[in-house]
Amino acid sequence: MIETTSTRGTPESILRNEESARPGQPPAGAAAPRLNIAVDDTRQTKAITSVKAQVDNVNFYYGQNRALKNLSIPIADKQVTALIGPSGCGKSTFLRCFNRMHDLQPDTRYEGSITLHPDNINLIGPGIDPIEVRMRIGMVFQKPNPFPKTIFENVAYGLRLRGVRNRATLAEEVEKALRGAALWDEVKDRLQDSALALSGGQMQRLCIARALATTPEILLFDEPTSALDPIATAKIEELISTLRDQVTVLIVTHNMQQAARVSDYTAFMYLGELIEFDEAAKIFTNPSKKATEDYITGRYG
Amino acid sequence: MATLPNAVPDYLNPDSIRTGLTRRKLLDQVFVIVGLVLMFACLGILAILFMNLVLDGSERFGWDFFTNFPSRRAERAGILGAWVGTSLIMLVTAFCAVPVGVAAAIYLEEYAPKNWFTAVIEINVTNLAGVPSIVYGLLALGLFVYQFGLGQSIAAAGLTLALLILPIVIVATRESIRAVPKSIREAAYGLGATRWEVTKDHVLPYSTGGILTGMILGLSRAIGETAPIITIGALSFIAFLPSSPITSEFPFISFKWLNDPFTAMPIQMFNWVSRPDQAFQANAAAAGAILLGMTLLMNAVAIWIRYRFRKKINW
Amino acid sequence: MASTAATTKSSDLVLRSGLRYRKIRDRIIETFLLAAGLVAVFTTIAIVVILLTESSAFFEHVSLKDFLTDTMWTPLFADAHYGILPLVAGTLTTTMVALIVAVPVGTIIAIYLSEFASHRLRETVKPILELLGAVPTVVYGYFALTAVTPLLQLIFPELPGFNMLSAGLVIGLMIVPYVASVSEDAMRSVPRYMREGSYAMGATRLQTALRVVVPGAFSGLAAAFILGISRAVGETMVVAIAAGMQPNFTFDPREQAATITAYIVQVSLGDLPHGSIGYQSIFAAGLVLMLITLIFNVIGFSLTRKFREAY
Repeated sequence: MIETTSTRGTPESILRNEESARPGQPPAGAAAPRLNIAVDDTRQTKAITSVKAQVDNVNFYYGQNRALKNLSIPIADKQVTALIGPSGCGKSTFLRCFNRMHDLQPDTRYEGSITLHPDNINLIGPGIDPIEVRMRIGMVFQKPNPFPKTIFENVAYGLRLRGVRNRATLAEEVEKALRGAALWDEVKDRLQDSALALSGGQMQRLCIARALATTPEILLFDEPTSALDPIATAKIEELISTLRDQVTVLIVTHNMQQAARVSDYTAFMYLGELIEFDEAAKIFTNPSKKATEDYITGRYG
Repeated sequence: MATLPNAVPDYLNPDSIRTGLTRRKLLDQVFVIVGLVLMFACLGILAILFMNLVLDGSERFGWDFFTNFPSRRAERAGILGAWVGTSLIMLVTAFCAVPVGVAAAIYLEEYAPKNWFTAVIEINVTNLAGVPSIVYGLLALGLFVYQFGLGQSIAAAGLTLALLILPIVIVATRESIRAVPKSIREAAYGLGATRWEVTKDHVLPYSTGGILTGMILGLSRAIGETAPIITIGALSFIAFLPSSPITSEFPFISFKWLNDPFTAMPIQMFNWVSRPDQAFQANAAAAGAILLGMTLLMNAVAIWIRYRFRKKINW
Repeated sequence: MASTAATTKSSDLVLRSGLRYRKIRDRIIETFLLAAGLVAVFTTIAIVVILLTESSAFFEHVSLKDFLTDTMWTPLFADAHYGILPLVAGTLTTTMVALIVAVPVGTIIAIYLSEFASHRLRETVKPILELLGAVPTVVYGYFALTAVTPLLQLIFPELPGFNMLSAGLVIGLMIVPYVASVSEDAMRSVPRYMREGSYAMGATRLQTALRVVVPGAFSGLAAAFILGISRAVGETMVVAIAAGMQPNFTFDPREQAATITAYIVQVSLGDLPHGSIGYQSIFAAGLVLMLITLIFNVIGFSLTRKFREAY
């Protein structure tokens, strides 16, 4: 932990390319335990072949309060990783580290590193701009939060922020994103209607399309179905499963069935600590820690 | 009661509970009547006030009243200088107070860190809202009229009223900005928007209704303010107009009017009210009716805008 | 896969250079916004500085003792006296009359709106009541002089044409909406479970209102009254028109007397040379006014804050 804090944030570390970083330059410890848990697994059915982001010894503080304690996990590329745990365990806090949403609050502090591959930049390093992080890592929130604008403008917003003015490009990208979010067929005839006229499930898929439009490298989901009815939930889950072809997904959920259904890898957190990380199949059938088993079998939480 | 006279105390006896309840419910009804009467008395007074002005001033209403300068003869005296003056002052006031007020509100809501410095600004805004208007007049007299050398001009009056309504604009803007849900800001930040982009693309457009309402309420307050303008020395007898803002020569716009002496609607009315000659009371009433009509109209528009926008965006 | 990685790389450069421009723009705009926020601070400083400098010039001529103890205020006469007491007396008298109207009426209306009125009635009446507060004060002054005073003269035939009673009553009417609105907000923020506790015991609405809601909202009500006082103290045009402009050391509302504010108006209407003692005297009067309202405002705001913290 000490080494990582002391070395992060050098300007070179941001723009370093993959090749030069591999031999174990700082962030220290990033190379060695990269594939720690899953790789050790003998069954090798879903071993992590390519890591999109490596979390190393992440600590997070609200003022004096240490909310995350020494978290280290790999995030597999183009796979779905779920974070589960009882409420208050820090899973949402952890998720929000990935796109630096905590920077909007005063008096918050990160330690450790989240190394994004292939660029090898430390997402929570002080040298990197949180806005750039958010432009590269999309997020879908708990409650659908479309802007009170047209459906089209909602999806186009991220592109406009990037300075895209060309109408044809915008239209093309918006269609692509809406198709990606399985919403195109439902809204293609009313792109100029207000997004607030959509149903809750459609709104959430619109928010997914909005995030997809800018081709994020990782897409974060913060309990995306907790405000939705079961039918809408099923659609979102199906969508998340298909998204894994295009993008790395990290999802927080309090619903264990959901985690079991959609995720390839699952991390169980408790009181700000990582208790267990493994393939979803293993976590839900044969967890190695007692605490995980208790939680999964509903003994607490 | 008859069977167990000593066992049940009176306050537990169902019969006496019932009579007590009747009395309590009667009191409730009496209060409702008192409340309604007082409330409608207040509203009734507003109506009487307006009718009183209209009736008293009825003999003066007419085209001439708007196109005549004040005169020694009550029936020929009009409000030309006053309404032109008021319009120009409002122009200056709106032009200064709205951008500054909205900007200050944005700063306090979206940018300001939580520290003593922000607290100082906030306390200042709250306190300024409670400063009597005549104190603004004294400030303007010392600062704008003499220190800045603006003299007893439209610019000085406009700036004074702008400072006066600044807290109103700030408070109204802050309230409507605060009504924009945090989740909308998070959505925009999550896409990589900067603070200003979040403000300009989302927060401001969605709070336009509240900001407009605050602006109009502020101006409706300014239009009726008399004391501070008297303090800076508005003339009540003006038989000429300020220079025209539009000229026939290039660049067609002139700002000379900013330095011209002026009168305003409330000043004109005050002048007529304080004359001993009864005939001028009719002029005062007519001017008052117009002034009150303008204020009520502005307030009605503000309420309507608030209502419209509340309906349009339903979070 | 490889080709998409390459395009990401080049677009990243674009992204970063665009981001730099956007961030610089953000800094510049933030500076402007901060400057706008500082206008409020500068206004306060300017008020304090102007009042203090002009008043200090005034107090070079007039001793503080005379100012506070002399019972005559005649700065414009040959035999000049500079005792602020008559003006303060006039201000306090009109304020008292105003409060006698505004406190009970405002509170009753607030209780009615908060505890008895239907949602629809409340939403209709509140904005209309607020219109009462938006009427220009000069119009209220006209109303006091030409309508209220003649009515009062029917009851008190001796009443002079200018008197503090009619001015005070009209100021009271003027601040009713303000008192009612602030009190109503305070009462509405008393949590519902407190009311339900009372109803569950068999209390009527009025009993609940008077025994649970009003005590619960007490500091909010107090704040409403105190902020109302501060408004009444600073009110200018009604008194200038209807109460007369003669300084008169009396607490009898049936007499005519000048308030602090009326005196400032009276001097401003004349043509006093800049720097004369008369000119400076209005700043001294303004300083006193400012101090009085400041005290009330500070008490009022601290009470509202206390109230907000309670729930």
